[in-house]
Amino acid sequence: MAIASVEGAAGASRRAALGRFLWRILGLIATLAVTFLGLLAITFVIGRVIPIDPVLAILGERATEAQIAAARERLGLNEPLIVQFGVYVRDVLSGDFGTSLATSRPVLEDVARVFPATLELATIATIIGVLLGVPAGVLAASKPGSWMDQLVRLIGLMGYSMPVFWLGLMGLLIFYGELGWVGGPGRLDTSYQFIFDLDVPQVTGAILLDTALAGAWDVFANAFSHIILPSAVLGYYSMAYISRMTRSFMMEQLSQEYVTTARVKGMPEWRVVWVHALRNVLVPLITVIALSYANLLEGSVLTETVFAWPGLGLYITNALFSADMAAVMGGTIVVGAVFIMLNLLSDVLYRVVDPRAR
Amino acid sequence: MRKFLFAAGAVAAAIVLSAPARVVAETPADTLVIADKIDDIVSLDPAESFEFSGNDMLNNVYDTLVELDPENLGPLVPGLAESWSLADDGVTYTFKIREDAKFHSGNPVTAEDAAWSLQRAVILDKTPSFILTQFGFTAENVAEKITVSGEYELTIVTDKPYAPSFFYNCLTAVVASVVDKDTAMGHEADGDMGYGWLKTNTAGSGAYSLRAFKPQDSYILEANADYWRGAPALKRVFLRHVPEPATQRLLLEKGDVDLARKLTPVDIEGLEGNADVKVDDTVRGRIMYVALSQKVEPLNNPKVIEAFKYLIDYDGMASTFLKGQYKKHQAFLPEGFLGALTETPYSLDIEKAKGLLAEAGVGEFEVTIFVRNDQDRLEMAQAFQNTLAQAGITADLRTGTGKEILGEYRARKHDIYLGAWGPDYPDPHTNADTFARNPDNSDEGANTGILAWRNAWPATEVNDMTNAAVLEKDTAKREQMYLEIQRLHQTSSPFAPMFQLIEQVAMRSNVSGFNPGGSIHSAFYWKTTKE
Repeated sequence: MAIASVEGAAGASRRAALGRFLWRILGLIATLAVTFLGLLAITFVIGRVIPIDPVLAILGERATEAQIAAARERLGLNEPLIVQFGVYVRDVLSGDFGTSLATSRPVLEDVARVFPATLELATIATIIGVLLGVPAGVLAASKPGSWMDQLVRLIGLMGYSMPVFWLGLMGLLIFYGELGWVGGPGRLDTSYQFIFDLDVPQVTGAILLDTALAGAWDVFANAFSHIILPSAVLGYYSMAYISRMTRSFMMEQLSQEYVTTARVKGMPEWRVVWVHALRNVLVPLITVIALSYANLLEGSVLTETVFAWPGLGLYITNALFSADMAAVMGGTIVVGAVFIMLNLLSDVLYRVVDPRAR
Repeated sequence: MRKFLFAAGAVAAAIVLSAPARVVAETPADTLVIADKIDDIVSLDPAESFEFSGNDMLNNVYDTLVELDPENLGPLVPGLAESWSLADDGVTYTFKIREDAKFHSGNPVTAEDAAWSLQRAVILDKTPSFILTQFGFTAENVAEKITVSGEYELTIVTDKPYAPSFFYNCLTAVVASVVDKDTAMGHEADGDMGYGWLKTNTAGSGAYSLRAFKPQDSYILEANADYWRGAPALKRVFLRHVPEPATQRLLLEKGDVDLARKLTPVDIEGLEGNADVKVDDTVRGRIMYVALSQKVEPLNNPKVIEAFKYLIDYDGMASTFLKGQYKKHQAFLPEGFLGALTETPYSLDIEKAKGLLAEAGVGEFEVTIFVRNDQDRLEMAQAFQNTLAQAGITADLRTGTGKEILGEYRARKHDIYLGAWGPDYPDPHTNADTFARNPDNSDEGANTGILAWRNAWPATEVNDMTNAAVLEKDTAKREQMYLEIQRLHQTSSPFAPMFQLIEQVAMRSNVSGFNPGGSIHSAFYWKTTKE
């Protein structure tokens, strides 16, 4: 009897836990829906108030009024804004993201083509940024005012203030033009491009992944030699940000009492810094890294321009300039989804690194 | 701590060193690799394509009935039609189609394909369709006007006895490309005549077929081994979209591309002394001009119009920031066209302009120059602003994206417009039609495609002459008529043509035979060779 009631209570609390869990999922879905709708509404309105006529953008200088009117009708641009928005949202919900006016292809197909290029670049850049930025920040914080600290701050400052356009061109001039250490602009050399386009099965669209999957290691090596410079340039900015943030998080931790205690107990300094203090900055650091990664995933127009890198940044910018709203919205949804996913991911990571958050 | 410092350094070094060291890059010997900007391509359908990059591609993928010879631009040569003739009635044209030509699909090219392609362009009614419909074709009558009179014979009847050269010239335009009917109709959806499919695919008979196209990224053309003119020398053309000129230059200098088409004068200058690279200058069809809206006081005063023509520093601009890129040109027909006027009577003369303004009885006044924010155009506008100020005219610049400014220009909202015009087909009527003809000057007329209308200029002095010139059968006489129209236009119209574009194509020194199309056409890839 007593046992049964205990079991009953446990069942009830499990049910309650399940209920809370479902409730949270529902809440999450509702939040996501509202976020996306808001994002779409804002993008839509901005797209419609910019003084560019999408029809003229496509039909060009010579189009007659009748041709323009016909195109407006066909694209549904004569409907009130709210109706246009409603139609758009309805189509998106049924999986139709529309057709890009500028490329004449389904927006989803376009995004699936350009996003992997950006994803590849941003991922490698972030890896570089973290591998260099975190240690640099920790080192700087462990001896504030030292030459190391000054150096990290200087590098960080330069990272903030140097135009990416200039840095990219200089990098190309030196490492590609003069030294010939790296591949040039674009994702592959021409001959490898042919091999990749015609012989390698394109599963993900990310060249490094696809060539690795297919075992085409010579193409992989060529792709790597092309991606290393632009990702180093982006990685530099990411490093500048990450090292600055790491430094300030660490400074705060190192002034805490538990650090003093550990030192008094005679714990080796490296252990105090790299194990005790660093573990406590992981949570905010994950947020910083996720944010920096998300920023890179939007695509960097300037980097993509300098390196002739056909990524999301160039795609969205081109779309904006020709008022190609389906493409802009499609790109925006992807960026929004990336932000939300990275947010969720860092939530999960918090739980992994911080027992209090479990 | 040292250990960590070392580890970080090692990771950094590994990242840098793991990139394989590269020797001199070279493009494949059988491939022409071009760096260009191709984000203007919106459609690959010849009935719709009207952008420079798209037409460059299609000019090599499709054939037309009558064509231009890339080695001698000007006289027409047989294309898919091996011969043609005009009946005595002056309106019935007959084309004999060659029997040995095949589409990339392997289908033979027949008169049916040619008739269907031309009818299709008229029926679809996309932007470039006017090149054909100006001969009186409409969606309703085109089936009777363009007919198959034999398996390899095509008959076309125009509404008026036009100058035959005018008609033939129009047939060299991309919109008149012959499309593989069976292939296109195999992809028809909802009666669209294959439009949806042809926007991103091709079905031609030209020297190259389209192998792959990634919008705003690249395209690959593959040589047509069965081309009726014989297979082109280079097996492939690989065009890479490289938006940044400095990047194009680096790629060219390193030998990663064979040819770069969007270099700035600074880049061109930087290439001097590089023995591996050469630069070819080609005069293109684009005209830069200034136009004064005749709706705006006092810009509609003939003396003020004349004064403005003396307030442009043609020589100063052409010899400084436009050097190598533009040449002085003051008539609406670009050099290279039949009857192009090369006289340049105007030059900067502030005193003369001031005198003319005084004669007109206008004191100091303010105007706005509408210009899109391209570097070239902004520099021209600023130089113009500066010389206007010397005559007491305060000019503001209204800048915006190309589409934005074009929208306002077409709506007649400007005071002064500074911009470009490019010919649409290799006949003088293409520019005469827009600069020197205005069928209805009223706002309701809404001839938004016509420059004379946009500037509210009724073109009274030249309207009839322009209409007559398209009917003149004697080519020598026709030439004289255009010269006369341009002289009148030069002095009386509110247009001040200033410059003609020079394209500086930089290429590796082993490349020859590339032709960007001169002032009258699109690029020809298929004569290009590499040693």
